[in-house]
Amino acid sequence: MPRYLSPGTHFMQGNEALAEAALIAGCRFFAGYPITPASEIAEHLAKRLPQVGGIMIQMEDEIASIASLMGASWTGAKAMTATSGPGFSLMQENIGYAFMTETPCIIVDVQRAGPSTGQATKCGQGDVMQARWGTHGDYASIVLSPNSVQEMFDLTIRAFNLAEKYRTPVILLADEIVAHMREQMLVHPIRKIEVVNRKKPKPGNKLFFGGEEVPSMPSVGEGYNVTVTGSTHDEFGIRFTSDPTVHRSLVTRLVNKIKNNTELLMDFETLNANNCEVGFVTFGCTSRSVYEAVDMATERGIKAGFIRLKTIWPFPERIVQAMAQNAKAIIVPEMNLQQLFFEVQRVVNGATEVIPVNKIGGGEMLTPEKLLSEVERSVG
Amino acid sequence: MTETFSTKKYLRDIPFPFCAGCGGATVATCFLRAVNELGHKDLKGFVFCSGIGCSSWIPSPHFEADSIHTLHGRSIPVATGVKLMRPDLNVVVFGGDGDIVGIGLSHMVHAARRNLDITIIMVNNMIYGMTGGQVAATTPLKIKTTTTPYGGFEHPLDAIQLAVSAGASYAARWTTAHANQLKETIKKVLTLKGFSFIEVVSQCPTAYGRRAGFRNAGEMLQWLKQQSVAIEESRKLTENELEGKIVVGEFVSKTRPTLIEMVQAILKGAEKDD
Repeated sequence: MPRYLSPGTHFMQGNEALAEAALIAGCRFFAGYPITPASEIAEHLAKRLPQVGGIMIQMEDEIASIASLMGASWTGAKAMTATSGPGFSLMQENIGYAFMTETPCIIVDVQRAGPSTGQATKCGQGDVMQARWGTHGDYASIVLSPNSVQEMFDLTIRAFNLAEKYRTPVILLADEIVAHMREQMLVHPIRKIEVVNRKKPKPGNKLFFGGEEVPSMPSVGEGYNVTVTGSTHDEFGIRFTSDPTVHRSLVTRLVNKIKNNTELLMDFETLNANNCEVGFVTFGCTSRSVYEAVDMATERGIKAGFIRLKTIWPFPERIVQAMAQNAKAIIVPEMNLQQLFFEVQRVVNGATEVIPVNKIGGGEMLTPEKLLSEVERSVG
Repeated sequence: MTETFSTKKYLRDIPFPFCAGCGGATVATCFLRAVNELGHKDLKGFVFCSGIGCSSWIPSPHFEADSIHTLHGRSIPVATGVKLMRPDLNVVVFGGDGDIVGIGLSHMVHAARRNLDITIIMVNNMIYGMTGGQVAATTPLKIKTTTTPYGGFEHPLDAIQLAVSAGASYAARWTTAHANQLKETIKKVLTLKGFSFIEVVSQCPTAYGRRAGFRNAGEMLQWLKQQSVAIEESRKLTENELEGKIVVGEFVSKTRPTLIEMVQAILKGAEKDD
């Protein structure tokens, strides 16, 4: 196999496409623990990472997996782990650590039906809120949601780029269907794929944890004597566990560096978003049923549209609010028992009706027919 | 001979947070003396990983060095990530008994199994000191703590035996009453390959000593000395005679392919592979 995927079209599995994209984005360290439906990512990278000079190691559990990413990232390496719901739960504490210490890393959560062990081989979309709020304390997360093999590839590269640019963990919230399906995808020549690398400090620089929105990041072994800590710390990295202003300014900056860049982080696909009678707000595998439901509604003379979120968090409030101005109803279909629905309802704030459509169990998708019937019912 | 060594050249100007009489300062001094005697002018080339607990403050932020102060119990997997990507750096983990063989136990066992090329210095004060004196996996039987007010009813863990059976290249135990031996052992392991595990049984007069009937740190140190039995001597004693004793010395020192050696040997050909 060549160093990287050759330009042109490929017929691949979602998880494999994600793994290949990680290599192109510069990933050189992967640590993980076996879990369905994410294991193919570890298996693929176990073969491929050593071919590009990287390392894949299977750790003793998911906690160790994500913890080893912290160490690898501070050596300057781009690092990733991949898991599903149960492992994602175990990783939450270190996601907070990565956020607090501004350690870039990628956490792939290939969602399955939860809670607990649930239905391990079946698709679910029940981790939307966990991806946003899973760790404790105040924080902001960047969460991307692919709906195709192409996007398993594209959004993985974007995930690495955002992690490096904002020095923060990025969560790639995939699902079993997108991860296991095989379809055609296009790979551009490597030189045309944008790859972002973290900002490195200049000699003499000592402000690795403040002083600017996204501080420069040294690596261990470079002579900077960097002190990394998950305790509240000042801009030099020295802990301050009782000073109220140090905590306020640190955590506020960390949240704001994501919140204030919402416009840049927003990423979505839309159809008739601002002038539809009925609109969908959708993400992940469910959006593939939405495409067809919108076509079917159009054939029946109903002007339907959608906003399909490629970045779920931070949530693109402005775009959804604009849809609510003209739509009689906004439908939020999810393979869970209402999660994104609450966020849509919150930002729409009564401007129009927000209708949840939900289905769980057995990996059964919401069908286009079911979604069409909801569209028809909402326009009376 | 005139004493000229000062630990200051390796330290940031931040006072250690230890209580009066804490064994943590002894361990820090022994480590820095060892580094000095090995000829390191500074701590470049080292990366220190520590978790949460009193002894995790030994390197971070006090050592003028690269240090990663991790979550509670996770210093070893963080060190794993550092060492795999930068095998040239000397990775040293400091942690307490809670960090290393309580919450983080499985990581220690697996790092020993892999023979990961790091040094672990586990300061065993037999208690959760920073949180006020709760029972630990290392607390001796019948000792009263804040969570065992009638006395502890669980047997303590022998961390050294665990490290040895899991495959550590090197394992030794000393107490803070054996400062010179500890320093010499640290000097030795810093030049070894593979997984090196040093347990230092240490006094915590604040959270352990006062509940276990010691009036001050000096009494605890005396007790540590009295309870210690050299490993060679211990072989002549029965299990009953060894009850409550602290066996000190070198438990294993062997050559075994290390994780870094294995990674480099096994993955070497992959770049040409198709």
